[in-house]
Amino acid sequence: MSSGAMWRSCLCLRDGWRRLLNRPSGGPTASVGKGANIPFPFRAYAPPAERKRFYQNVTITQGEGGFEINLDHRKLKTPQAKLFTVPSEALAIAVATEWDSQQDTIKFYTMHLTTLCNTSLDNPTQRNKDQLIRAAVKFLDTDTIWYGVEIGSSTSIMGPSIPARTREVLVSHLASYNMWALQGIEFVVTQLKSVMLTLGLMDLRLTVEQAVLLSRLEEEYQIQKWGHVEWAHDYELRELRARTAAGTLFVHLCSESTTVKHKLLQE
Amino acid sequence: MAALGPPARTLRGLLRELRYMSAGTGRPYRDTEAYRYLVKAFRAHRVTSEKLCRAQHELHFQAATYLCLLRSIREHVALHQEFHGKGERSVEEAAGLVGLKLPHQPGGKGWEP
Repeated sequence: MSSGAMWRSCLCLRDGWRRLLNRPSGGPTASVGKGANIPFPFRAYAPPAERKRFYQNVTITQGEGGFEINLDHRKLKTPQAKLFTVPSEALAIAVATEWDSQQDTIKFYTMHLTTLCNTSLDNPTQRNKDQLIRAAVKFLDTDTIWYGVEIGSSTSIMGPSIPARTREVLVSHLASYNMWALQGIEFVVTQLKSVMLTLGLMDLRLTVEQAVLLSRLEEEYQIQKWGHVEWAHDYELRELRARTAAGTLFVHLCSESTTVKHKLLQE
Repeated sequence: MAALGPPARTLRGLLRELRYMSAGTGRPYRDTEAYRYLVKAFRAHRVTSEKLCRAQHELHFQAATYLCLLRSIREHVALHQEFHGKGERSVEEAAGLVGLKLPHQPGGKGWEP
């Protein structure tokens, strides 16, 4: 299961998700909020496994720090109880749609944009910009997709050595993004296991489907050779696509500034 | 540049996803903020004389990414329900798999209250 492979320490969503899978569905949820079987202190930043939908309407308001989400009359807060504000209206609408699309129980593992916003607001692993950039650049050594950069191919198990100049260029390029966008970039790099593919997504050169396909080339080859297993392959593919799409959209919405210039129509 | 296809197709897909999401909550999908925002955005950025307008392509790319997000989440949840959401069988069902039935004792098991 791909959930076990993820190392995202800042958001132990995988643990909550694993417990969701182990829980038989159909029965009424006995516990609302954090269950009693969470060992302290390992689950300090985990969202509750299952909650019933406790609100009717989801609305957006504009506050001082940005756009806020309201569940009925209550303002949405992050897991660390900070007020949930986002800088972009489109992002706020997308988050509100995530909350509004929940039926009966709230499936936190499908709310990727909310999760990314929470991570950016709370910064639970307390990483600064440099640490995020270094975390992303670390994947460069094992990147299996190369664009037209001076990196040769390698047949050894260690992989090619990346010239320092390339690394510097990459670091300075990533430094041009703001903190929120960097959280998103680091997330996508972790999902796709590739810096190059992530940059391709940010630069509008690849669609999410293409990037995910390239990230899974080995798996796709094996599937074509040996057949595909719906409950594993398709399941992981959809999950990877969802996370990558969320991360990509998050970065784009956090780094843009929309200005509408009305051009004079010359008839 | 990524090959995205016609914007109309992306918009149609997005509206379809919104419709699926609203079907569960009961409210018409035209009422949602997302619908209003998307329709407004697509309408506003359609009129441009430049064929290679990057801003227009960027918006279409974001729309296509959002469509991918909504579609993948829906398919993921559907797959989860189908393959991973059933939990364990009850004891009766498990016995029934091999054609056995649980014993029925009219007086109870004795040690039950």
